[in-house]
Amino acid sequence: MIDFMRVYADNAATTPISRAALEAMLPWLSEKCGNPSSLHGFGQEAARELSASRGTVAEAIGARPQEIYFTSGGSEADNQAILSAAHAGARGGKKHIISSAFEHHAVLHTLDALSAEGFEVTLLDVHSDGLVRMDELRAALRGDTVLVSVMLANNEIGTVQPVSEIGSLCRGRGVLFHTDAVQAVGHIPVNVEEMNIDLMSMSAHKFHGPKGVGALYVRSGVPLEPLIRGGAQERGKRAGTENVAGIIGMAAALREAASDMGKNAVYVSALRGRLAGALSKIPHSKINGSQSRCLPGTLNMCFEGIEGESLLLLLNEYGIASSSGSACTSGSLEPSHVLLALGLSHELAHGSLRLSLSSYNTPEEIDHIISCVPKAVSRLRDMSPVWEELENGKRKHCV
Amino acid sequence: MQYSEKVMDHFRNPRNIGKMDNADGVGEVGNARCGDIMKIYIKVDAGVITDAKFNTFGCGSAIATSSMATELIKGKPVSEALKLSNRAVVEALDGLPENKLHCSVLAEQAVRAAVKDYCNKNGLPFSFDVPAEDRSGCPNCS
Repeated sequence: MIDFMRVYADNAATTPISRAALEAMLPWLSEKCGNPSSLHGFGQEAARELSASRGTVAEAIGARPQEIYFTSGGSEADNQAILSAAHAGARGGKKHIISSAFEHHAVLHTLDALSAEGFEVTLLDVHSDGLVRMDELRAALRGDTVLVSVMLANNEIGTVQPVSEIGSLCRGRGVLFHTDAVQAVGHIPVNVEEMNIDLMSMSAHKFHGPKGVGALYVRSGVPLEPLIRGGAQERGKRAGTENVAGIIGMAAALREAASDMGKNAVYVSALRGRLAGALSKIPHSKINGSQSRCLPGTLNMCFEGIEGESLLLLLNEYGIASSSGSACTSGSLEPSHVLLALGLSHELAHGSLRLSLSSYNTPEEIDHIISCVPKAVSRLRDMSPVWEELENGKRKHCV
Repeated sequence: MQYSEKVMDHFRNPRNIGKMDNADGVGEVGNARCGDIMKIYIKVDAGVITDAKFNTFGCGSAIATSSMATELIKGKPVSEALKLSNRAVVEALDGLPENKLHCSVLAEQAVRAAVKDYCNKNGLPFSFDVPAEDRSGCPNCS
């Protein structure tokens, strides 16, 4: 009998905090108490550290420090970037926005709010491989298009969009380009200059930083309006005393993630490759999204005849933390909008499982997942009337 | 969202799981598009449910409610099984999260559908309505 193993394989939801980030933060959660806006020594020490952190974050993405605005996280950055760009466009009579069908809800729900204000939104198809097509974007661009917002890497399936090409096309047409890079920063190379990005959202806890802190990159010259008013912090664009410890932790985590990126990507990709190879041997299963343009650590699969929440719960019994895009985990009766955008049937989308790895995972942990997922899938299929019908031919297999 | 210990127990160790050969009544409700199907089998002797089994495609609470429903009707007269309410299933499981209550309705419905099937097969009158499952808000069902 082997010891009970606990495996954290839900790194796309959040990552464990790195030692470097934790150690950088601790003094700022105890004896270092200054408010960066204060003129005394305590305050100035905090202001200096805040400024150094801004420099670190900027350097990691090829930006200048004055182009970084710290926020409470990725969702706030998405909201501010999109609302700000839209309102600037509207002042010039431009009220058309292009995005993709499988964006994070922080983007999609903000676009819904703008639609209600009279903006017109075009959502690009992401096709079965989870990638937008440049010719479709080109065709969607109009004279009154103010903003294109396409995520760098998808949070559920990990596909990586052709962001440089999108940025270059937008730059040529004088259209602002925002990308939600929450899943990408710290994991794959991101350079705002080379990728022609105007606005970019980031979140610290996706790269081993603390929760509740993120940043918005805004290219110099791009207008930005505040979401939160009431103070001069962040050059008047984000009021409220800065989350000093969080920002310092974010910078420390990103510095480490950026310097180890090459080595981590090779290691994590190999783990993911082995996991994908083993789990795709489960009959009537399917890997979702392009496998040539994807994040190193995110694997999303569907298993016919079972429901994802029960699979997640059963894997939890084996000590494995995972995620699912089934309706039952989404809190609604609809399965994940990402999987539906790929053209998967509702039946198949209900049986989805996301395993997202990081450099903290070990080969032994991958062995544990590889031994447990087939057992869990079989157990649920054995009790599933849908699987029974698939097997006796009353229902047709689709994968 | 959190499941009670009772729900997790019935999910981990479902009672009465599996197909029943030569069942006297079989009830199947739900649909795969919505993400849950329950199939309940009953064996009836002299008007009493002597055995009940189930197979379920669905989430943790769908499995737990089917398991509990079969426990609650075993050994009961058919007339009493028909009175099994979704509330009773929820109470026996020490509660369900709000967005999972429809699973208990599905369990109640599956039991009645099995009894109805038994009545039809045996030429017995079946005057109960199989209650409509509450799927308000489900775009696949409306």
